[in-house]
Amino acid sequence: MANLYLLTVEILTAALGLGLLALGLLVPKSDRRGIGYVAAAGLAGLMVAAFSMRDASGVILGGYVIDSFGTYFKVLFLAAALLTAVCSFDYVEKMGFNQGEYYALLVLATLGMMVLASSGELISLYLGLELMTITFCILAAYRLDDARSAEAGIKYVLLGAMSSAILLYGLSLVYGASGSTVIKEIGQAVAAGGASPALLLGTIFLLAGFAFKVTAVPFHMWSPDVYEGAPTPVTGFLSVASKAAGFAALVRVFFGALPDLHNFWVQLFIALAVLTMVLGNLVAIPQTNIKRLLAYSSISQAGYLLLGIVSFSVLGIGAIMYYAMLYVFGNMGAFMAATAFYNTDGSDEIRDYAGLARRSPLVAAVMLFSLLSLAGIPPMAGFVGKFYLFMSIISRGYIWLAILGILMSMVSVYYYLLVAKAMYLGNPPEGSQPLRVAPGLQVAMVVSLLVLFLLGIYPTPLTDYAMNSAVSFFMP
Amino acid sequence: MNFPILTAIMLAPVVGLLLILLIPEKEQLTIKITAAVATFVSLVLAILAYVLYDHGQGGLQFLQDIPWVPAFGINYSVCVDGMSMPLVLLTAIVIFTGVFASWDMTKRVKEFFIFLLMLVTGVFGVFISRDLFFFYLFFEVAVIPMYLLIGIWGSTRKEYAAMKLTLYLLVGSAFALIGIIATFLYAAQQLGHATFDIQTLATVKYDLGFQKFVFFLMLIGFGVLVPIWPLHLWSPDGHVAAPTAVSMLHAGVLMKLGAYGLIRVGVFLFPEGAKYWAPLIAVLCIVNVVYGAMIAMVQKDLKFVIGYSSVSHMGYVLLGIAALNTLSLNGAVAQMFAHGIMTALFFALVGNVYHKAHTREIARFGGLAHQMPRVAAGFLIGGLASLGLPGLNNFVAEFLIFMGSFTREQSLLGGLLSYRFLSILAISGIVITATYVLRVVKNTFFGPRKAEWDHLEDARGVEMVPIVVLVATLILFGLLPSLQIDMINSGVAPLVAKIEAAKAIGGIF
Repeated sequence: MANLYLLTVEILTAALGLGLLALGLLVPKSDRRGIGYVAAAGLAGLMVAAFSMRDASGVILGGYVIDSFGTYFKVLFLAAALLTAVCSFDYVEKMGFNQGEYYALLVLATLGMMVLASSGELISLYLGLELMTITFCILAAYRLDDARSAEAGIKYVLLGAMSSAILLYGLSLVYGASGSTVIKEIGQAVAAGGASPALLLGTIFLLAGFAFKVTAVPFHMWSPDVYEGAPTPVTGFLSVASKAAGFAALVRVFFGALPDLHNFWVQLFIALAVLTMVLGNLVAIPQTNIKRLLAYSSISQAGYLLLGIVSFSVLGIGAIMYYAMLYVFGNMGAFMAATAFYNTDGSDEIRDYAGLARRSPLVAAVMLFSLLSLAGIPPMAGFVGKFYLFMSIISRGYIWLAILGILMSMVSVYYYLLVAKAMYLGNPPEGSQPLRVAPGLQVAMVVSLLVLFLLGIYPTPLTDYAMNSAVSFFMP
Repeated sequence: MNFPILTAIMLAPVVGLLLILLIPEKEQLTIKITAAVATFVSLVLAILAYVLYDHGQGGLQFLQDIPWVPAFGINYSVCVDGMSMPLVLLTAIVIFTGVFASWDMTKRVKEFFIFLLMLVTGVFGVFISRDLFFFYLFFEVAVIPMYLLIGIWGSTRKEYAAMKLTLYLLVGSAFALIGIIATFLYAAQQLGHATFDIQTLATVKYDLGFQKFVFFLMLIGFGVLVPIWPLHLWSPDGHVAAPTAVSMLHAGVLMKLGAYGLIRVGVFLFPEGAKYWAPLIAVLCIVNVVYGAMIAMVQKDLKFVIGYSSVSHMGYVLLGIAALNTLSLNGAVAQMFAHGIMTALFFALVGNVYHKAHTREIARFGGLAHQMPRVAAGFLIGGLASLGLPGLNNFVAEFLIFMGSFTREQSLLGGLLSYRFLSILAISGIVITATYVLRVVKNTFFGPRKAEWDHLEDARGVEMVPIVVLVATLILFGLLPSLQIDMINSGVAPLVAKIEAAKAIGGIF
C-alpha cells in the first residue's frame, strides 16, 4: 500500500477546504469574519507542514510524485494563498455574502495547484488543473454586484474550457503515441521510439494549453479582462499561484516526458518567450487601470520565466523556482497595496493614486518596491531572480535573447515608474484623507516587503533551496 | 586592521536613513542634523581610510570578504586600491557638503533625505566592491532614488528629465549586465569554478573576439553614465532639473561611476578589447570636449552652462582612458576627483544663488559680487579650477592626461589622425572653457551693481560649509598633488602592467 504519510499536506488541505465550507454553513452571518481567520491560520499551519516535508520523496500509486520540486511549489502556493486570505478579510466582508465559500474555494484552488505540481501522471495532472480552473471561475465571478466580475467569470469559463480541451487533446495524443499516461514511462517510450507526427502534434497542443495557463502571448487574451473584473485579492492569487502551478506542470511534462524532443519544442518556447516579453511590456505602457497594468506586467513576467524553460538546464529550473517564489511576494505586494487603496477609495485607476505617498507612506512604499522588484531593480529580490534567469540562457548561448529580455525589463521600468510618478510626484486631491489600512493587511504588506528586501540583499537561503530542489528534479 | 572601515563608510548613510524613518516629518531640523551626522561619519572614516591607506605597499587594502551566495561564487567582498580610494573620499566629501547645500529644503524633507542617503549608499557600494555582482547591484541601487529626487524636488521640466535620465541609465546598464553575465560564465568555464571576484576574473585569458564584444557592451553600458557622446543627451537635462544636492552628487560623483566602471571592469578585465576600441573612444571624447564646451558657451541658464561643461570635462577623463598609459590613466583618475569637487562646488553655489534669486538666467544677473562676495569668490575659484589654473587640483589632472595622450604614438585612420592631433584638439577645449567660464563669471558676478539684487544675502552659516570644504580640497590637492598622485599611481600601476602585457592589436580605425 502506498505511503499515505507523503500525502499529508494534500489531505490536510482538502480537509481544511471542506471544513471551511461546513463552517460557512454553521456560523451565523454576523460572525463570519472569523472564518477568514480560521482559513489564514489553517493555511499558515499547512505551509509549515509542507516546508517540514521538503526533503520527503516517493511515488504514490504509480504516478503521484512527491519530491522537493513539488514540495517547493506547494510552499509557494500556500504562501500565496495565505497572503490572499489575509488580504481578503476586509474586501470580502465588504461584499457581504458567502464568506465561508470564498475561503473554502481559495483553499480548494490551492489543492488543485498542489495536485498539478506533484502529478507525475497525465490524468491526475488534468484533474488538478480542472480543480484549479473551475474554482477560479467561481472566484473570478465572485462580485455579484459588478458586471465586469461576471464577465470575467464567463470569459474564464469559456476560454479556460477551450484551453483545457486543447490540453486534453494534447495529452491524449501523447498517450496515443507513447502508450502510457505516466510521465516517466512516456519519457522512456519517446527515447526509444523517437518523434512520431502524433507526438509532435501532441507536443504543440500541450504547449498551447500550458501557454494559456501561464498567460503566454498569443494565448494571453483572457487575462487582462479577467484580472480587471475579478475581485482584487483573487486577481493577485490568480496571477501568482496559477501561473506558478502552470510552470510547475509544464516543467514536469516537457522536462520529464519530452526531453528527447527538446530541439523541437525549444524553438516554440523561444518564439513564445519573445512574443510574451515584447507584447506584454509594450501593451502595458498605455494602461490606465492598475489591475490591467499588472495584468500585462504579469504577462511579461511569464515571458521571463519562459527563458528558464528555454535554457533547459538545472540552472534554468532553479531560476524559475526562485523567481516564481519571490514573484509571489512582489506581485501580491502590489495587489495588496491596490486592495488597500480600493478598500478606501473604491478605485483602481492609476490617476487616482496621485499623491498616495502623502496619504499613506506605507501603501505607496509597498507598491513602489513591489513594482521595482517586478522590474528587477536591486536591491529588491526580483533583480536576483532575473539575474539567474538571464544567466541560465546566456549560459546556453542565447545572448540576443538575454539582451532582448533585459531591454524589455527596462521598458517595464517605464510603466512601473508611471505608477510611482502618480504616487510620489502627484498631489493628493483636495480634502483627501489618509488611508485606513486594516492591521492584518498592514502586517501582510510589511512582511512581503521585508521578504523582497531580505531575499534581494541575502538571496542565499532561497537560492540554495530552489537550486537543490531543481537538482532533485533531474535525479531519477 | 580588523575594523571593517569600508563597510562602515557605506552603512553610515543606511543607519542615518533608518533613523530618519523613525523621526516624525515635522522635526525637520532633527532630520537634517541626522543626515549631516551620518554623512559626517562617512567622511571622517573616509579621510581616516585615505590616511591609513599605505600607498607604498599599494594593492587592495581594507579587505573584507564574506561568502554570500556560494552556489554562484558571489561574495560580499569590499576593498579599495589606489584608484578607488580617492573616489570614496570624493563621494564622502560631496555628500557631506550636499547635505548642507540642501539645508534650506522645506518640502517633504523626510523623504528627501531618505532617498538622498539611499542614493549615496549605492555610490559608496560601487567604489568599494570587489565582487562584480555587488558592483552591479550597487550601481543600480543608485538609479531609482535619483528618479524620485529629481521628479519630486527638481525644477525645469523635472518629470521629463527624471524619466529620460532613468531610462538612459537603465538601458545602458542592461548592456553592462549582459557583459557581466557573459564574463562570469566564460570565466567559470575556464577556471572550473564560479566566481564574481574581479581580481580572479582578471586572471582569465579571454579570447580576442570575446574581449571585443564584451568591452563594447561595457563601453555602451558605462559610457551612458560618463556620458560619452552621443549617449549624453540625458545629462544636461538631468543636471538642470535636479535639486542642488542631487546635481552635486550627480555631476560630482555619479558620472564618475561610469568612467570608473569602464576602467575597473572594462580595461582591467579586457585590455585587448580596450586597445581595440580605444581609438573610437579617443575620437568620440574629442567631440565631448569641444562640442560640450561650445554648447556651454551659448547657454543662458547657469546650470546648463555647468551641465555642458561637465560633458566637456568628462571628455578629458575619456581621453585619459583612451590613451591607455600610466600618465594618462593617472590623469583620468585624478581628473575624476578634481572635476567631482569642482562641479559640486559650482552646483552648490548656483543652488545658493537660485534659492535666493529664483532665477538662473545669466543675462538678468550682473555685479552680484557686490551683494554676495563669498559666493562670487567661490565661483571664481571653481572657474579658475575649471580652466586648469596651476595651483588648483584640476591642473595636475589635465596636465597628466595631455602628457599621456600627447606621448602616445599611434596613428589612426591610416595616418590621417593621431593621438597627438587629438590631444591638441582637446587642449583647444581649454581655450573655449576659459572663454565661457570667464564670460559667465563676468556677466554674473562682476560689472556695475544692480539694485534689483540688493535683497540677496551672502552665503553664511551652514551655507559656507560646502564652499569652504570644497574650495579647501581643490587648493589642498592642487598645491600638494603628491598627496593624491602617489596613491592613484599605486592603483594604476597593475592596470598598466596588464595593458602592456596584452598583445598589441590594431585598433578599430
